[in-house]
Amino acid sequence: MRALVWHGKEDIRCDTVTDPQIEDPRDAIVRVTSCAICGSDLHLFHNFIPAMLPGDIMGHEMMGEVVETGSGVNGALKKGDRVVVPFTIICGECEQCRRGNFSVCERSNRRKQLADTVFGHATAGLFGYTHLTGGYPGGQAEYVRVPFADKTHIKVPDSLSDEQVLFLGDIFPTGWQAAMQCDIEPTDTVAVWGCGPVGQMAIRSAILLGAQQVVAIDRLPERLSMAEAGGAITINFEFDSVVERLNELTGGKGPQKCIDATGLESHVGLAQPDTLLDRAKQIMALENDRPHVLREMIYVCRPAGIISIPGVYSGLADKIPMGMAMNKGLTFRMGQTHVNRWTADLLRRIEEGQIDPSFVITHTVGLEDGPEMYKVFRDKQDSCIKVVLKP
Amino acid sequence: MPYLANLTRPASDPRVLSSGPSSLGTADRLARMLGWFSIGLGTLELVAPRAVERLFGMKGRKRLIRAYGVREIGAGVLSLAPEKDAGLWARLAGDGLDLLALATALRPGNRKRDKVGLAMAMVAGVALLDYVTAQEATTRHARGNGVRRLYHDRSGFPRGLENARGAAKDAARPAAPAAA
Repeated sequence: MRALVWHGKEDIRCDTVTDPQIEDPRDAIVRVTSCAICGSDLHLFHNFIPAMLPGDIMGHEMMGEVVETGSGVNGALKKGDRVVVPFTIICGECEQCRRGNFSVCERSNRRKQLADTVFGHATAGLFGYTHLTGGYPGGQAEYVRVPFADKTHIKVPDSLSDEQVLFLGDIFPTGWQAAMQCDIEPTDTVAVWGCGPVGQMAIRSAILLGAQQVVAIDRLPERLSMAEAGGAITINFEFDSVVERLNELTGGKGPQKCIDATGLESHVGLAQPDTLLDRAKQIMALENDRPHVLREMIYVCRPAGIISIPGVYSGLADKIPMGMAMNKGLTFRMGQTHVNRWTADLLRRIEEGQIDPSFVITHTVGLEDGPEMYKVFRDKQDSCIKVVLKP
Repeated sequence: MPYLANLTRPASDPRVLSSGPSSLGTADRLARMLGWFSIGLGTLELVAPRAVERLFGMKGRKRLIRAYGVREIGAGVLSLAPEKDAGLWARLAGDGLDLLALATALRPGNRKRDKVGLAMAMVAGVALLDYVTAQEATTRHARGNGVRRLYHDRSGFPRGLENARGAAKDAARPAAPAAA
């Protein structure tokens, strides 16, 4: 089969690889009909997250048709079923899964010892996202093996298109969880840093959840225009002071709820000198992450507010003003998305027409164009916000 | 054909049979090559400045050579990073400094003048390569490539924005496990 394979920093290739096989009775093989490039794939593209190996298949946003099931799937799936594959692999039986904390499933990470050493305790296995999360081959491919397939799937009806449901596997529940973590009240201002795909989903989730106003922060006109279409007031940080504008919009009190949809690769620019220092330290391996957004959120957030972090961080981040956060009594909520906790509700909302996540797709190409689209997406060319690949 | 990548694969995972087009363009590959060259040269200048002094008859320039070594390594590391265009332009500026420093060694009394001349020709050649690569990399990765579009028509709310406001305010975290 063909697959997008990581060969090193900035080196993704469309390779021919051997087909996946059923390894465990609970496995299924899915023929991928649609998959996507996620913003967090760019962290791997840049080799900012350790433990990728040459030959790893990329991709954790995919859906398709079940073509084979293991004997242990026990009727939960059958050949021909149409499924979205959540990016978190879940056993559905461990203590964390029983609590709905699916992204920290205790059994699905097949590199548990490595993850225990690095994280203290292993988190869930993820598709195509380094050997710290299991080293599972990803879904930017014609076929993908889904471990624990009897639990790791979201069945979707034929009445909805791939484009409408594909993002149930990651960015829609990720944006939704980011907003849910904010405990949004009708008087709240929710500020969202980063208007990439997750930021766009977080904006729309905050609108659906009834925030009084949603403020979107970015520098790219195409992203800001999409945020505005979704109901946000926008701030272009290349022209305006984020802190001043947020205070203006909230009577000087700051937003009650802040969402970091940027993560470890915040924009580096002269207007934010701390980002230059962060980038220099990152290059010299003195820190892993560029936490400019975290610093700004902690500074501007209203006392007793909530900081929600769906953006991916990889390791050590410097100069986080914890004294400020502690004294302001801020609450931090973060984590990889507990995808299956939210998907039944979100699928219903798509079916009812409350939201159509396909709005975010700006480019649809074949799998063979994937390597080039990594570059286009990374360089923010051609007004690219979200790439869908059709294997 | 054996692929090194396959050595790192668990036996059960898909293995590369043949490799296709890469996201790396020619300019990216050249930048990588020049970056490693820069790091190698810089390391030599940093750890063995006396050898460079002797080679070109540049007595009393150890500190300058070491400083140039640090500069080379910095430009090399940047050429290997996503900001490779900045690294390549920094390399080109460094080539200019190298030429200036070498020119001072072209004095009549220097018995190594022929080697200095040869080195200057090589630096000029590398500078040309740096320039072409920097131009290519800057063009290839420029944000301006492609069509500029705005997405004011993409609300994502089929029933309209006003109907969407608060439509899910009753949403709650599912009480029971929701695994499929």
